[in-house]
Amino acid sequence: MREAVITVKNMVKKFGDFMANDNLNFEVYKGEIFGFLGANGAGKTTAIRILCGLSTPTSGEMKVAGFDIYRETEKIKRNIGYMSQKFSLYEDLTINENIRFYGGIYGIKPEERKRRSKLMLDRLELTPYADRKIGDLPLGWKQKLAFSIAILHEPDIVFLDEPTGGVDPVTRRQFWNLIYEAVERGITVFVTTHYMDEAEYCDRVSIMDEGKIVVLDTPDALKKQFNAANMDEVFVKIARTSPPTPLPNGEGRK
Amino acid sequence: MSYEFLVNDIRLMTYNLQLITYNMRILFYILQKEFIQIFRNKGMLPIIFVLPMVQMLILVFAATFEIKQVDMMIVDLDHSPASRQLTNQIMGNKLFRMNAFPTSATEAEQMIQASKSDLALVIPRDFDKKITLHQNPDVQILVDAINGNAAQLGSAYLSNIIRDFHKSILMQQKVAGAPEASVVEIESSFWYNPTLNYRHYMAPGILVVLITVIGMFLGSMNLVREKELGTIEQINVTPIKKWQFIAGKLMPFLLIGLFELIFGLTLAKIVFNIPFVGSFPLLFGISAVYLVLVLSAGLYFSTISDTQQQVTFVVYFLMMVFLLMSGLFTPVESMPTWAQNIDRFNPLFYFVRIMRGIVLKGAGISEIFNDFLALLAYAVGMFSLAIWRYRKTS
Repeated sequence: MREAVITVKNMVKKFGDFMANDNLNFEVYKGEIFGFLGANGAGKTTAIRILCGLSTPTSGEMKVAGFDIYRETEKIKRNIGYMSQKFSLYEDLTINENIRFYGGIYGIKPEERKRRSKLMLDRLELTPYADRKIGDLPLGWKQKLAFSIAILHEPDIVFLDEPTGGVDPVTRRQFWNLIYEAVERGITVFVTTHYMDEAEYCDRVSIMDEGKIVVLDTPDALKKQFNAANMDEVFVKIARTSPPTPLPNGEGRK
Repeated sequence: MSYEFLVNDIRLMTYNLQLITYNMRILFYILQKEFIQIFRNKGMLPIIFVLPMVQMLILVFAATFEIKQVDMMIVDLDHSPASRQLTNQIMGNKLFRMNAFPTSATEAEQMIQASKSDLALVIPRDFDKKITLHQNPDVQILVDAINGNAAQLGSAYLSNIIRDFHKSILMQQKVAGAPEASVVEIESSFWYNPTLNYRHYMAPGILVVLITVIGMFLGSMNLVREKELGTIEQINVTPIKKWQFIAGKLMPFLLIGLFELIFGLTLAKIVFNIPFVGSFPLLFGISAVYLVLVLSAGLYFSTISDTQQQVTFVVYFLMMVFLLMSGLFTPVESMPTWAQNIDRFNPLFYFVRIMRGIVLKGAGISEIFNDFLALLAYAVGMFSLAIWRYRKTS
């Protein structure tokens, strides 16, 4: 039995009459890459925001990093990292200034921050650009930076909400290498994505549709179950069994 | 036993001290980031320097009810030595500018109707004759009362001149040896602003407007901008404390506001030579409290708004109401009682009074204590409200 770092029991989130998350149940194990898949508006972002403490669930029991999601939200925040689909570093600050700010507010001591910052920038090959404003960098660099800064304080879990949206395949590969390195350092990765090739990189994958988790297993098991050559086919087959319905007023986003 | 307690106490104290330094250090990083962003914003320096200059150099001159000149007409139907003497006496007053000499009262009325003149004096045909016969002569004053202030002032001045004229006539006619009629002479002396310089009255008020604008707009727009950009999400997943975030948004603009106050006061001193008689530290302390209040109000509204447009609209609307009711432009005493009661909730009302009191009257803490207390309570309440309303979890 592996150790669960996220436990979700009967998670429900309603926006008015609309069920964004309809009774979700799952566990995420320590050190794994957990893929959270689903079509647009399936309820992925809603769930991820609840687990990060940005949104309160309507009902259900949830634990993240061993802390209760209702009562220990601030303790959870100390132990997680989050990278939203909306780019969230300060564009008018330089790379160094962003690192100093985020490192600072997580309470990392200056010497330690400098050490980690140097390692990170060397790894990303961004050392020469440390004093450039984020706004002047290409999207791919920004996203790699955003991820690296999200795990600067070495959280137990990092939540990535469509981290590779809009970047080229090469950069996506590089991004996934960063994810693997984070996992090697013991960080659990919870990632949502649209790219089915990325789903193959995950240890386990759940696929959501209309607010429900339809399947949850390893990519290999899912391919076997649906008699598919790759995750793309799995996804299409699931989507075909339950045709997507349009959302009321786009409420699923938020 | 007591030794153990002591050790525990010390341990607790060190722990608390560490916690405080830890929290302060985090606040420091937030402030550092805010300051970099504020001064990196190209629009910021012009706002900081141009705003006070425009307000102090233009508004203080322009926002005035002071009547410097009244256009008037004299309809002299008498053409006598007495009517000419009166005319000369009126023309000798700097307030009046003679802009027409109509030949009839009807013509004068038409001129006033057409807004070509503010005031007309009609001297009747038998003016000189009645004076000579020791009868009481009548004159007529026609006033355009659209601008009530100018009308009142103009007719009051005119009445005074006519009274003086009448007195001098009486003196000339006085029979030698007759007892002098006793007249009560009223001499007013104006305190705190002896020359009745309107600019001295307006400048402290305009300074209030200045730091109110800075306080309410800059802070609130800054916070909502983070919402629009989405960076606030990233802040909200960190263990940052709510008070740290709000204080981080508030303090830079508090300092900018106080700087604006120094800058504005310096301008007021240099340009208008305002007699600053009060205590600087007192003014600063109270302005700081006031700034915390308006900044917190702005931040509160930004926590419940999603876009800069929304928050700007709400803040702008409130500021209009507060400003117009503050006693800055119109005396609070002329408002109906119910409006004066509402004004108890208007922070600007207190601050305008305090500001004028300190700058012009040299009021000390004891004179303004009640107003200050109101302001302080308001500031603490608003700051707490802003922190309470800011939600890391929606």
